[in-house]
Amino acid sequence: MENKFKPIKSYKLSKKKLLEMYLTMVKIRDFENAITDVYSRGLMNGLAHLYIGEEAIAAGVCANITSRDYAVSTHRGHGHLIAQGADLKKMMAEVLGKKDGYCKGKGGSMHIMDASKGILGAIGIVGAGIPIATGAAYSAKYRGTDQVVVSFFGDAASNQGTFHESINMAAAWKLPVVYICENNLFGISVDIRKVTGNPNISDRAFGYSIPGVAVDGNDILEVYRVTQEAFARARKGDGPTLIECKTYRQKGHHVGDPGTAYRLKEELEAWKKRDPIKTFKARLIEENLATEEELKNLEGEARQLVKTAVQFAEDSPFPQLEEAFEDLFYEMEGVKTNG
Amino acid sequence: MAKMKKVTYAQAICEAIDEEMARDKNVLILGEDVGILGGNFKTAAGLFEKYGDLRVKDTPISENSFLGMSLGMAITGLRPIVEIMFSDFLLLAADQLLNQIAKIRYMSGGQVKVPLTVRTTIGAGRSSAAQHSQSLHAIMCHVPGLKVVVPSSAADAKGLLKTAIREDNPVLFIEHKMEYNNKYEIPEGEYTIPFGKANVLREGKDITVIATSNLALKAVKAAEELAKEGIDVEVIDPRTLIPLDRETLIASIKKTGKVFLADEGYERCNIVAEIMMDLMPDIFYYLDNPPERLCLPNVPLPFSPALEFPLIPDQEKLYKRIKKIFKG
Repeated sequence: MENKFKPIKSYKLSKKKLLEMYLTMVKIRDFENAITDVYSRGLMNGLAHLYIGEEAIAAGVCANITSRDYAVSTHRGHGHLIAQGADLKKMMAEVLGKKDGYCKGKGGSMHIMDASKGILGAIGIVGAGIPIATGAAYSAKYRGTDQVVVSFFGDAASNQGTFHESINMAAAWKLPVVYICENNLFGISVDIRKVTGNPNISDRAFGYSIPGVAVDGNDILEVYRVTQEAFARARKGDGPTLIECKTYRQKGHHVGDPGTAYRLKEELEAWKKRDPIKTFKARLIEENLATEEELKNLEGEARQLVKTAVQFAEDSPFPQLEEAFEDLFYEMEGVKTNG
Repeated sequence: MAKMKKVTYAQAICEAIDEEMARDKNVLILGEDVGILGGNFKTAAGLFEKYGDLRVKDTPISENSFLGMSLGMAITGLRPIVEIMFSDFLLLAADQLLNQIAKIRYMSGGQVKVPLTVRTTIGAGRSSAAQHSQSLHAIMCHVPGLKVVVPSSAADAKGLLKTAIREDNPVLFIEHKMEYNNKYEIPEGEYTIPFGKANVLREGKDITVIATSNLALKAVKAAEELAKEGIDVEVIDPRTLIPLDRETLIASIKKTGKVFLADEGYERCNIVAEIMMDLMPDIFYYLDNPPERLCLPNVPLPFSPALEFPLIPDQEKLYKRIKKIFKG
């Protein structure tokens, strides 16, 4: 597994854009490291599925997304939210189950949502977000907008029925949706190569008569490029694209799972050498697109944002018990809801 | 009195959908065979011709995903109506209905509204055996987050469906498939019926019968027969299971001192067991008889008419069971 990168300059992106993309990845990495920290300090309950090693996908995909577009995320969703500009303070507060969290402490790490930013939900059931994203795309078409919907899911979700059912309908009706399969090779402990006839997920696009493309998920610029094409296709009304981003999670399934029992050390080490942040940083410096100092400043900025977020979350109060009984139904004016 | 007209139950449903689609361009209907065929039970007859393919959408047989799609539509400005042909098929879509649709508002801390109506059918009696005859609404009531409507007459079906479509929360709307071709009087023109208001179909002083869906209508007929025996039955149709009009039910039981419940779902974990338990703290000391119920026995629906019909709760069984409470 060699690192074969094309020159950054060939992507014709402004320095500003490149540095934004770098900052996004670093923010995600720092946020996830902070999760490990709050977890080990006993401040966080439940499950934390870390995105470390996969940052280039969220950052590369979402560099194409506009404020009017939509995305649907997964249980491993922190990166998707950060890449779409979600507020780190409200995210961290949610992770800690606090009142000031995005979902007032009702969703937690797996369900952070920011509807105001078009983040239509982080769905905890594997594969269940795919139809929701597809429906949002139907809605965009119905309302005659040029909105695009991104559907994030993992390799394991590609073996759920919803993958087939939804992509089939999106293909039949040419819906403006971009399917992003983050193939990190493992569904918890199960190697996709052991449970899948053809583990190249993008090959399945052929069966739906839609474009399918496999891309190095650790190369932010390649992710950006193929997603940009898919967005353009979707906006033009030419329908969905299936993009398989080949990647690897550098941590276990969740904090607390070392991820070593079912994976080869050599494989992990090889992928770590291809770390999306380190490699992009090296390329930026090598091509004289940014100085070490400029990047360090961005890293400092990210660290500070995350630090502030953790402090905000720690300071935020827990919700009151009576709030457990709120938000089930929308209370319509003049309608008593005693459901 | 409103001017009345005679339509079938299916036509009443179709009128509700048509009126709401005409009223609000964000209302659409999707499901299997809702397009050219006009719905398997003709509850969308003529809508495809009138509103076109985008608003009247034939789906592939992918219940879980087209139901999930409707959630994506509902949280991005549309007001979808989804037809799931049989409640039996709702099990294929249980994840989207019960894990996603019912929960997304709550999980997000109230960030989104989910104006979504899921229509489906219940009821045995068509010799359709064990996978096209079930009445599975109790399962769907178990998980918080849905409003559940079980209309009896065509008039109720129309008024309640219009309310469901205008509701900003997910509604599971349960139609009884044996009613579709039956003709009923319904009011002319537009009207809606609010959720959470039970309908006292017949007033009586001796016993309260709480019956869901079309069993409420059958209970009224049974009550007319029982009146000849000197038994004065009060029949209440709860109309909506969630929210439940506890006040009306409690007041009636306090008055009569006896209660009999009927529902076409399986007996075990039937919704009437929940209704009874819910009411019990308020009525226990007013009861002079143990509550009883008529439901489907705990076996899958058999195919043979010799086996199927004797199992289905109906007017005659209601009559016999209620009479037995008084005459032994």
